[in-house]
Amino acid sequence: MKLFKLRGGVHPVGRKELAAERAIRQFPVPERLFVPLQQHVGAPAQPLVKVGDRVLKGQLIGASQGNISAPVHAPTSGRIAAIGDYTAAHPSGLTAPTITIESDGDDAWLDVDMPSDPFALSPEEISIRVGAAGIVGLGGATFPSAVKLNLSRKNNVRTLIINGGECEPYITCDDRLMRERASEIIEGVRLIRYAAGASEVMVGIEENKPAALSAMQAAAAGTEVKVMAVPAMYPMGWDKQMIRALTGREVPADGRSADIGVLVHNVATAFAVRDAIRFGRPLVSRLLTVSGGAVAEPANLMVPIGTLVEELFRYCGGFSSQPARMVLGGPMMGIELSTAAVPVVKGSSGVLALTRSEIGSTQPAPCIRCSSCVRACPVGLLPLEMVAHIRAGNSAAAVAHGLKDCIACGCCSFVCPSHIPLVHYFNFAKGELMELERGKLKQEATKKLVDERIARTQRIERERQEAAAQRKAAREAKERATKQAAAQTISEAA
Amino acid sequence: MNKIAHSPHAHAPVSLSRVMALVMLALTPATLFGFWLYGWPAVNLWLVSLLAALVGEAFVLRVQQRAIRPVLMDGSGILTAWLLVLSLPPWAPWWIAVLGSLFAVIISKQLYGGLGQNVFNPAMAARVMLLISFPVEMTTWIAPAPLSSLHAPGWLDGLAVTFASVHLDGMASASLLGHVKTEFTRGIGLEQALSGYYAPLDALMGSRAGSLGETAGLFLLAGGLFLIFRRIITWHAPVAMLAGVVVPAMIFSAINPAHYAGPLYHLLSGGLMLGAFFIVTDPVTSPNTAAGQLVFGLGCGLLTWIIRTWGGYPEGVAFAVMLMNAATPLIDHYVKPRIYGRDRKGVSITAEPVSKES
Repeated sequence: MKLFKLRGGVHPVGRKELAAERAIRQFPVPERLFVPLQQHVGAPAQPLVKVGDRVLKGQLIGASQGNISAPVHAPTSGRIAAIGDYTAAHPSGLTAPTITIESDGDDAWLDVDMPSDPFALSPEEISIRVGAAGIVGLGGATFPSAVKLNLSRKNNVRTLIINGGECEPYITCDDRLMRERASEIIEGVRLIRYAAGASEVMVGIEENKPAALSAMQAAAAGTEVKVMAVPAMYPMGWDKQMIRALTGREVPADGRSADIGVLVHNVATAFAVRDAIRFGRPLVSRLLTVSGGAVAEPANLMVPIGTLVEELFRYCGGFSSQPARMVLGGPMMGIELSTAAVPVVKGSSGVLALTRSEIGSTQPAPCIRCSSCVRACPVGLLPLEMVAHIRAGNSAAAVAHGLKDCIACGCCSFVCPSHIPLVHYFNFAKGELMELERGKLKQEATKKLVDERIARTQRIERERQEAAAQRKAAREAKERATKQAAAQTISEAA
Repeated sequence: MNKIAHSPHAHAPVSLSRVMALVMLALTPATLFGFWLYGWPAVNLWLVSLLAALVGEAFVLRVQQRAIRPVLMDGSGILTAWLLVLSLPPWAPWWIAVLGSLFAVIISKQLYGGLGQNVFNPAMAARVMLLISFPVEMTTWIAPAPLSSLHAPGWLDGLAVTFASVHLDGMASASLLGHVKTEFTRGIGLEQALSGYYAPLDALMGSRAGSLGETAGLFLLAGGLFLIFRRIITWHAPVAMLAGVVVPAMIFSAINPAHYAGPLYHLLSGGLMLGAFFIVTDPVTSPNTAAGQLVFGLGCGLLTWIIRTWGGYPEGVAFAVMLMNAATPLIDHYVKPRIYGRDRKGVSITAEPVSKES
């Protein structure tokens, strides 16, 4: 089948060889797990347990709140040790509501019901179970998967695309999963197709993963699933890039992929869906890559959610050299970790410890308008113009140039010969705009309050005056009556 | 407290100084050939020009109280002077080079705000300033006297030419474009003017009177192709500029070959090759998009041909480039890439309704 032409993109040094040949290993359950209540896009989960409660592995400990949300489950059996704020995966080391579990060492599963034939379930039932299992987009977007499935049925989605792009350098967990668990993934893919009501299903895998490609092709043989090689480039894993490569179609800027009849899920998500539907197991662990030049023995580990990053590094033999930077996620879009004492969450595809030479120079020079960024941008933006406006304090002009269409993939920053941190500027401006909009809302609310207060004081004043007038009238009437009475008395006396 | 580092946490192995170094490397063959062709005075002029640019830039930075080292180290000032000196008559006096270099880095570049901020290509702006202010010095050409030949000036003679404006007998010549223009004013037709004056093979090899580095068409072409291959420049602006000269030259020479010169004559004379591969590809003063660069290059080429054909000056590359530099913001305003999921006007595309069948 023919592939469609792509735009922009870069070819960073993959560095995948560090971990690509390391088979998946189970990470032993640590003594304590720190499970944040918000690991997804949408509203945070509401805690359902108290400190001191005993829980089993897979037990619901945080309930989903609202339309877009996801529940969280206990990643192992043990005792709830604390519920409160704990350092989250954020560059500044912000804290977030977190449930701390002390492992009892049994790792005992909750009794779960397993359907004898998952395909005998109705599509709606599968969506409900996927939602109840707390499954979110494991490619990093962490959007609740059940919401996407429901949306797909509503929009008559015809094409299901499974994203095996994994274009971030260093990260090899999807690659390993496809090599070692291909038939499980294919079963998950078929369950998603069934639940979404799609008629066509394609798995796109970058051509730099030949072993994963052949394993997946072998597993998909005889099924409706088509496994296809796509060009190896960054950002191939951007869902809209994958859609363009496989279907040649574009998602409207104001819309969703469902609008053009396409649903995209990640391979790791498909694997999690299969676990949830066939075995009734909620999402309590994920496969991630520990890598980077400063890691002694890079690995692909199946890790319970809530494991601290520092324990992963320790398990991988510690650091071979002092890391210059620790990163959660891939090097292109991942976030810097100021401390390794942060928990792994559902969206964590990797943790990296990078050396100075891997990061490269960060000393910015003036922009020479070489337009390398324009050629690299997969969206078709003019990063150099947007940055010039943002630097001049004119975020509105940057919006006119398409700031809101920026996906923060980092291609522009990556290729800039002047080492200008373009994406940093864009995210800064996006934050500023959000602040501005929030400020506007606040201002409107304040104005409403002030208006109401003015109306209220006016009303009170008016009422006071009316009451005073009434009292005066009553007093005058009374005085008149008294006078009249007095006059009458006098006249009667006279 | 560490500064927070934003993604990406990796970078392509590129830097400003590497870009500048590669462009200089691409210029080296044509420059060395110019040295060989025109002898020691050309070497002197090149040295003086580069030195003046460094001193001038350091002076401005000092006045502005900015760090001098990082700016001088990025190589952009040296490159500007290098491009300028390649467009000068090789035996020009030293002060022409000094004035030109100072004008280029101080007025055309630093006064606009430094690297990346200038509207006009600094080398071309300086050349135009020199041409208008010192027409005699800027149009005094010499016949090639290769270093290996007998009549080549020695090192001391070379110093005298550059620094004492000593004229050596029997060396004066005229550039091809200048010669034809002069003959036209005397009412002499193209064919007659060219006879004995123009051999395409010599022109290809650059062995004729002209500026220091712009006669060596083949070397400049090779340098340009090297830069395209290394992805420092793209093909759009150079090809468009060459097309902008070749296409009208073909049409008009086909209509009236007695008056209009053919494409080969235009391609291999004057500063066209230097301009196409090293001047219109200047990122600072050219448009951002591939389509914009096509428009820009085509404009440069057309204007060059028009000035050469009907203008008062024999050569028009520098004027054409400056005129199109002025149009660059306008081109950038109208020629923009289409944003994903939007049409050319920036309005979101609409999805065709999805049907369930099939």
